[in-house]
Amino acid sequence: MFIQEKPILYMEGVTKSFPGVKALSDVNFSLRKGEVHALMGENGAGKSTLIKVLTGVHHLDGGTILFDEKNIEPKSPLDAQNIGISTVYQEVNLCPNLTVAENIFIGRPPKKGGRIDWKLMNQKSQEILQRVNLDIDPTKLLSSYSVAIQQMIAIARAVDISAGVLILDEPTASLDENEVKQLFKIMRKLRDEGMGIIFVTHFLDQVYEITDRITVLRNGKLIGEYKTSELSRIELVTKMVGREIDEKEHSKQNKSIVSSLKKKEEHFLKAVSLGKKGTIEPFDLEMKKGEVLGLAGLLGSGRSEIARLIFGIDKADDGVIYIDEKKISAMYPKKAIQQGMGFCPEDRKKEGIIGELTIRENMILALQAKRGIFNYISRKEQEEIANKYINMLRIATPSMEQQIRNLSGGNQQKVILGRWLATNPKLLILDEPTRGIDVGTRTEIQKLIRTLANDGMTVLLISSELEELVACCDRVIVMRDRSPIGQLRGENISESIIMKTIAGAGANVS
Amino acid sequence: MFLNQWNKLRHSKVFWPLMAVIALLIFNYFYIPGFFTIEIKNGHLFGTLIDILNRAAPLIIVSIGMTLVIATAGVDISVGAVVAISGAMAAYLIGGTLVVNNGVQEYVSDTPMALAIFAALGASVLCGMWNGALVSKIGVQPMVATLILMTVGRGIAQLFSEGQIITVYYKPFSFFGGGYFLGIPFAIFVAAVVGLLVYLLMRKTAMGLFLESVGGNMESSRFTGINSKKIIFWTYVICGLCAGIAGILISSNVKSADGNNAGLWMELDAILAVVIGGTSMNGGRFYLSGTIIGALFLQMLKTTIYSTGVPPESILVVEAIVVIIVSLVQSEKFRSLFNLKMSSKRKKGVIQSNEKHAAS
Repeated sequence: MFIQEKPILYMEGVTKSFPGVKALSDVNFSLRKGEVHALMGENGAGKSTLIKVLTGVHHLDGGTILFDEKNIEPKSPLDAQNIGISTVYQEVNLCPNLTVAENIFIGRPPKKGGRIDWKLMNQKSQEILQRVNLDIDPTKLLSSYSVAIQQMIAIARAVDISAGVLILDEPTASLDENEVKQLFKIMRKLRDEGMGIIFVTHFLDQVYEITDRITVLRNGKLIGEYKTSELSRIELVTKMVGREIDEKEHSKQNKSIVSSLKKKEEHFLKAVSLGKKGTIEPFDLEMKKGEVLGLAGLLGSGRSEIARLIFGIDKADDGVIYIDEKKISAMYPKKAIQQGMGFCPEDRKKEGIIGELTIRENMILALQAKRGIFNYISRKEQEEIANKYINMLRIATPSMEQQIRNLSGGNQQKVILGRWLATNPKLLILDEPTRGIDVGTRTEIQKLIRTLANDGMTVLLISSELEELVACCDRVIVMRDRSPIGQLRGENISESIIMKTIAGAGANVS
Repeated sequence: MFLNQWNKLRHSKVFWPLMAVIALLIFNYFYIPGFFTIEIKNGHLFGTLIDILNRAAPLIIVSIGMTLVIATAGVDISVGAVVAISGAMAAYLIGGTLVVNNGVQEYVSDTPMALAIFAALGASVLCGMWNGALVSKIGVQPMVATLILMTVGRGIAQLFSEGQIITVYYKPFSFFGGGYFLGIPFAIFVAAVVGLLVYLLMRKTAMGLFLESVGGNMESSRFTGINSKKIIFWTYVICGLCAGIAGILISSNVKSADGNNAGLWMELDAILAVVIGGTSMNGGRFYLSGTIIGALFLQMLKTTIYSTGVPPESILVVEAIVVIIVSLVQSEKFRSLFNLKMSSKRKKGVIQSNEKHAAS
């Protein structure tokens, strides 16, 4: 199907396991000279593992990597660099307190008689920067330039070190539109010079704008390699999310649940043109009492960002929130809790649990914060609360005095759920509540969501699992590129329609 | 039942510092004659043990404050300087002027003593607020933030005394650090009251829980609605106040204030006491009782070294060696190097007893 040119990079049968997870199984990947190749896949698909194998952070369990037809085994990022594979990450990992030239030549300064030749270094830096069309002063501190420029400096450095393969790992995540354009210009230039570029991103528009080929991974397996021009958006999303379209079955399932709902029309929360620059475009949102509202969209589409603004984790720089028709100025977590909100965050380890504390302490924390520091919950009441939710959510633990970090992920999630249920919330925000959780617990949590909503609680459910959204939601808002782009209700909520909306089926490139 | 409690103690953080104290006591029993003797003279208790308690009181108070700061994953290295400020301020305000009343010579204080002490403690609270604001509001690294006051603080203390040692002639002032109450040195009461108040504040309000939560995982705490900044701020304030109280005890004990040397290196002893007491420098769980035992251990070690006639030039070395040993013994990893088999058996035993506990 493709012109048989020799790839600069060829990976065959690549396999990598971590304790309990097979991160990559028998994956093939090939990159040709002079192409931009998108590596696509949802969370846990194996993109970052593949890149880490390539850059020597992880070592292969099986398979081979050919670079320029020679067998290679990168042992470390430095080793990979010497072979000719360079990576630029989303967060620039250069030293902000050194000059641009120092950063470009870090670890390999030009020397004259055993001493660093500063003049030559600055002069050469200028030339290297020219290669990526950057006209900046290499003697200035890196920190005096914007993230976008820093990223381009990082690219310039990578290009100078090894001209073979350049890996860009979500380079556009923190750039604005103009900066992205500038970056793409550089990428095209390098491509035309014959470099192979691997581009990892979550933005579909960018994939279609810049890439020549797409490789899709899912659950550590290769789904396929496609020419970008021959793969429609809906096909791409389908392949990433991994559900063949089976509309009838799912909408039926959906209907049976929704019909059991009492329709209530009062709003619990209304957000009007809420937004934050660089994070999420201003949006409107209404949540009815007793409604399960789903947020669908690919990673980076702004789902979690909406939740964070509503709960006041991030400060909105635009817009207003009304709760029960009352205007709330300046939301912050404690206020959100006092207004009856609860939030199970996406990253359980970093944002959810306090590992060192016991189950009991973790569970009463939000309620205690709500009641205030001097209104201490008595030990007896603490134990009652912990017992209640350990039984209700069936948390498997020998004792409530167990440190939460000793529990499995699913049980930790249940403790966090218990933490919020204990505050008797009117709105519960669940960000990926079933990620990394076994199937049994997953079903339990989904059932719980429905039960809570039927009892009048509003639930905002963010999930990458379309099946979960279809099973739980009364209404689904679909997000793309930091904005809500569509809304589905009742029978329209099906995996295929959600996917079509995410892909912007038939929609032109914005 | 007894075995259960022994196991509980055996695995509590207080166990090893307590063992260290007991080991020192046993050592002293054999090597320092009359170590355990306590006499009553003029209705006051006298003896080496009482002396150790008395001398340890300021360090205990400072260490209690330090424990809270360390629990937030911070550190306050300005406590020694705050001790100096508080002592110098109290001494400067009280001073003492000789007057003759009805033919009796008497010293009166320049400022009412209560007011002077209030001012000294107020200054310490301000110092704590300064540290707290730098760390929590501005986000300066705790070590750097408190380094500022550590340096400047001594300068401020010396401003009061104009570089000299201020002598306090007003007699009643010496009561705090040198007086007796119910036959026991008053300083011990002060330390006990501070310990009790902090315990009540930490364990009878949610402050302790929030502190451990913030120190354990700041980001999660934020998602839970805890105002981490406020918690951290007040922690430094309490730590400053504790240092201020200790400063008054110390300057009262010697009836003078030395801006240059009062509380010198005390921050290091306090940090050491906290760490020996089982609280991790990484923040999170804290152990007030462990800290108190740690501070007592340090003071007892000093007394022991002095009384056993260790040559003055090697005192610091001996102290360091003992501290290293205690720290090593405390470390689970180090212990497991020696009794791998033993500990695995023991662990099994613990799990079983846990299960029994859960089943009952």
